[in-house]
Amino acid sequence: MNYLPLLGIALVVLGFALRFNPLLVVAVAAIVTGLLGHMPFLKVLGVLGHGFNQNRSVTLIYIVLPVIGLLERYGLQQQARALISRMRGATVGRVLILYLGFRQIFAALGLTSVAGQAQTVRPLVAPMALAAAEKEHGALDEATSERVKAMAAATDNVGLFYGEDIFIAISSILLIQGALKAYGIELTPFELSVWAIPSAFCAFLIHAARLLLLDRQLRRSSR
Amino acid sequence: MINMHWLYMFAGLVFASFGVASARDVGNRKRWGNAAFWSLVAISFWIRGLLGEIGNGVLVLALVALAGVHLLGRSAGESTTAEERESFSKRYGNKLFFPALIIPFTAFLGTLAFNYTSLKDSGLIDPKSVTLVLLGAGVILALIVCYAWLKPPQLSAIDEGGRLANAIGWALVLPQMLAALGAVFAAAGIGTTIGTLAGEIIPQGSVFLAVLLYALGMVAFTMIMGNAFAAFPVMIAAIGVPILIHQDGGRAAVIGAVGMLAGYCGTLMTPMAANFNIVPAALLELKNQYGVVKVQIATAIPLLIANILILYVAGFHL
Repeated sequence: MNYLPLLGIALVVLGFALRFNPLLVVAVAAIVTGLLGHMPFLKVLGVLGHGFNQNRSVTLIYIVLPVIGLLERYGLQQQARALISRMRGATVGRVLILYLGFRQIFAALGLTSVAGQAQTVRPLVAPMALAAAEKEHGALDEATSERVKAMAAATDNVGLFYGEDIFIAISSILLIQGALKAYGIELTPFELSVWAIPSAFCAFLIHAARLLLLDRQLRRSSR
Repeated sequence: MINMHWLYMFAGLVFASFGVASARDVGNRKRWGNAAFWSLVAISFWIRGLLGEIGNGVLVLALVALAGVHLLGRSAGESTTAEERESFSKRYGNKLFFPALIIPFTAFLGTLAFNYTSLKDSGLIDPKSVTLVLLGAGVILALIVCYAWLKPPQLSAIDEGGRLANAIGWALVLPQMLAALGAVFAAAGIGTTIGTLAGEIIPQGSVFLAVLLYALGMVAFTMIMGNAFAAFPVMIAAIGVPILIHQDGGRAAVIGAVGMLAGYCGTLMTPMAANFNIVPAALLELKNQYGVVKVQIATAIPLLIANILILYVAGFHL
């Protein structure tokens, strides 16, 4: 067995830790790994190019940027904040828990791309969370506003990851089905996707608890 | 039939427009670097077939070179000031949400309408990519509504899109780049090596330890690859099927489904999952590019423990 290509992993970790440009780190690691795995340089280049292109659907979502940018020019973020600051009882925790629930339910219905970091978090959810935090706490210092924004992004991720697998036609369920089938284990997508439900409940409870804790910390530090 | 190909053509157009916007952004010293970067992305969406695998590889290296020698810069500034935005927001009020909601609603209602009416058989849209195609349609519809209602300067959709794209910068193609790295890792046999190693250290006789190793293996390998999909086939082959299902008689549906979900805890904790963890940091203009990963760890660890318990209890004791 050839263990040398594992050095590529070490290279990625090292490059990220030393904060080199990640694109550069990844490209260098890819070429080194390929060469250590006895692939000719042109073959590595081909695999890299092919892999890059096969996955261009992850970049597709940025077609929403012109719309979001245009609306931001006319005060969308300000309006999202204004809406929340007028709303009684709105706290960061409650706003984000509501979003978490919706995100999980929509993802479980297979509607994964109706919300997301570019579509909803940047223009709506993050400004709303910030406005709610200011209501609880008063003006936020930089560390706190960074934390609230990061929490908004995290809530979207948790909601997506622990909702989508409940949908039977999502690619990960099909991947699990295909992988097990290769060993002669035949399962329907439904048999697999019901087992995503317990984890989805746990994810909601755990993340919601953290959001309520964030509320408490904000209220405490304001006194 | 409208399929992914059309959507990629449209995406190429949008990225080309970011290139135009960057070139127009006279205040940005590095504007030509940005313009070149987005043009290359547009080309990769448009004519990848003509480039061939090696041509695409060269294009990737060109993108890396532009980012690696710091030829990319942020846009000069915002088009309207914070005060102007406040007054716009007072003037237009909650109606501003409407165009933003057009995109998700077109995707949502459109998908429902497509699946439950005769549209499905009309052959207008490829059923495999219906939500994404409708998302693209939603973008176009929202742009039309914005122009008709707000009457912005002619090129402002392009300029504003470019401004946001330049705020994200090179991070925007990092997820694609990491996926390409995953492909090279796979071709170099890293998956099989890790699978063999994991299979060798498996303890005999303890179902719980085997479950633990399976879940932690999913997490670790997901963190390395940035993607649970790459880790799953390796771990199911090394531990899942031979040990947990065949040797210990675990329930296959639980081992498969919850194993994958344990891997997602790894996704929450790694910068390698750039589209979820690094791009949002750029989108939200966080100072710390690892800020999102940092807050996710405290959700991921208890959730991993929960998943391990589900694997053990539902897989072996229900």
